[in-house]
Amino acid sequence: MKIAICLRRVPDTTTKIVVGAGGTAIDETGVKFVPNPYDEYALEAAIALKDAAGAGETVVVALGGDAVQETLRTALAMGVDRAVHLQGTPSADGLANARVLADHLKDGGYDLVLFGKLAVDDYGQQVGAMVAELLGVPCATAITSLAVEGGRAKVTREVEGGVEAAECALPAVLTCDKGLNTPRLPSLKGIMAAKKKPLDIVPVTVPAGQVTVVSLALPPERAAGKILGEGAAAVPALVAALTSDAKVL
Amino acid sequence: MANVLAVLEQRNGALRKGAAELLAAARQLADQLGGSVDALVCGSGAVAGTESLGAHGADRVLTATDAAFAQYAPEAIVATVKGLGAYGAVLIAATATGKDLAPRLAAAMGAACGMDVTAVSAAGGAIRVVRPVYAGKAIQTLDLAGTPVVAVRPGAYAAVQAGKAGAVEAVTVPAFSARLMVTGITAPERASLDVAEARVVVAGGRGLGEPQHFALLEQLAAAFGGEAAVGASRAVVDAGWIGHGAQVGQTGKTVAPELYIAVGVSGAIQHLAGMRTAKVIVAINRDKDAPIFKVADYGIVGDLFEIVPALTEAVAKAKQ
Repeated sequence: MKIAICLRRVPDTTTKIVVGAGGTAIDETGVKFVPNPYDEYALEAAIALKDAAGAGETVVVALGGDAVQETLRTALAMGVDRAVHLQGTPSADGLANARVLADHLKDGGYDLVLFGKLAVDDYGQQVGAMVAELLGVPCATAITSLAVEGGRAKVTREVEGGVEAAECALPAVLTCDKGLNTPRLPSLKGIMAAKKKPLDIVPVTVPAGQVTVVSLALPPERAAGKILGEGAAAVPALVAALTSDAKVL
Repeated sequence: MANVLAVLEQRNGALRKGAAELLAAARQLADQLGGSVDALVCGSGAVAGTESLGAHGADRVLTATDAAFAQYAPEAIVATVKGLGAYGAVLIAATATGKDLAPRLAAAMGAACGMDVTAVSAAGGAIRVVRPVYAGKAIQTLDLAGTPVVAVRPGAYAAVQAGKAGAVEAVTVPAFSARLMVTGITAPERASLDVAEARVVVAGGRGLGEPQHFALLEQLAAAFGGEAAVGASRAVVDAGWIGHGAQVGQTGKTVAPELYIAVGVSGAIQHLAGMRTAKVIVAINRDKDAPIFKVADYGIVGDLFEIVPALTEAVAKAKQ
């Protein structure tokens, strides 16, 4: 079982967003970056599947500047075997990035390529499915369960009002949602071992995309609210406000 | 002049709700582009609701019929759309299924994909989309060149009465190779509304104290008579008090209900990101300094075990 995990480096979810000087991206000053939370489900799934198979290799791949190497080391510390840094500047166009990833992955002999459901920065939610399409392999997105048996993957995913079950042959691309598993934390031993694991640097050229970022802005602030009172005595005032002022009741 | 294609979603032979909303977005964009709106309905037989699409803004309704469409069949939909010819933009509702389909289609067409957008318009030669990023902590505006695939967030557009012809034409489903086989959809164990779809969300956090106290919120939700869903903060989802499907926030769902009632939720930045576009926010919390009060339209400070039952009773009475 040879599995690739495509990883993104994103601002920690507790980050307060400040728009940068150019008005098209965030100000990264003082921002703590972490592995994309959804990618951790992909990493956990990959490590667990390889362990269960008893043989194979897990490879974590990230496209970006040199800062992604720190994120790749975190994945190695979790237990991934080796890392590949596709050194280049990601495009605002997910398809351009997908082309770079697909180009790297196509001859890798992978049984599975795993992504997080989305990256919690740009919320693009597209690169995984695009890589699958470019590779011409099956894809299931936002999976919450996975069983691999006899060269096939069986998955479930949440849809409005239900749970959809699907299956496909390997090789396949899967994107992972919360609920798939509980990601392990890197152990001290893992962190030490990660320093010695291979991290290959592959310079890449990201093709021109069809997406231009016009602006990034903060949403309008909500007008200051009103504390209606304390305890159950304030309930009638709330119900009155919801009925006559807000008209939502 | 460029036409707009709206790819509509159906399940079990009936259009999903949201078809009229998507047509409203398509109609507005097509009018800006000086083109017409085609609505594509892929079904395994007749699809209920197809007849109403003209009234909601479709100039033409294209029906593609294939046994594969008994379930979600992404490769078949992609092949069908590719067989239709040129459009200025392709619109899809950003539901769970739509978010799966949009990037597949974009990659197959060599197109840009605007995901989960709240507004789409023509801007010079490009299609301009506005979309929340960082779970709504920031708003991004993008210009998409070519024929982009745009997934429009449910609730972003209101359905319109447009009175177009809506003439139905059958289109062929070209040969496709099914790579993903969807085997079925099972309803959740407890039939409940999805937090992302409900008009009212009642969300609980650590302040509930114990998992079984979610029953209080279930009762409050029930008082809204089938319009409300129960949501939760990350803290209580991670603690296993409630399923992850209920989580609202940056690593959960982004919701925009008409009414959001946060009970015992302190209002961590990543939770606020997921619910700040609710029309009306109510906060009930013991701590008068909790950040949730900064985004709430109405707040009550105090013991939720006293306030929530009183509110449940008052809502039930008001709904009578």
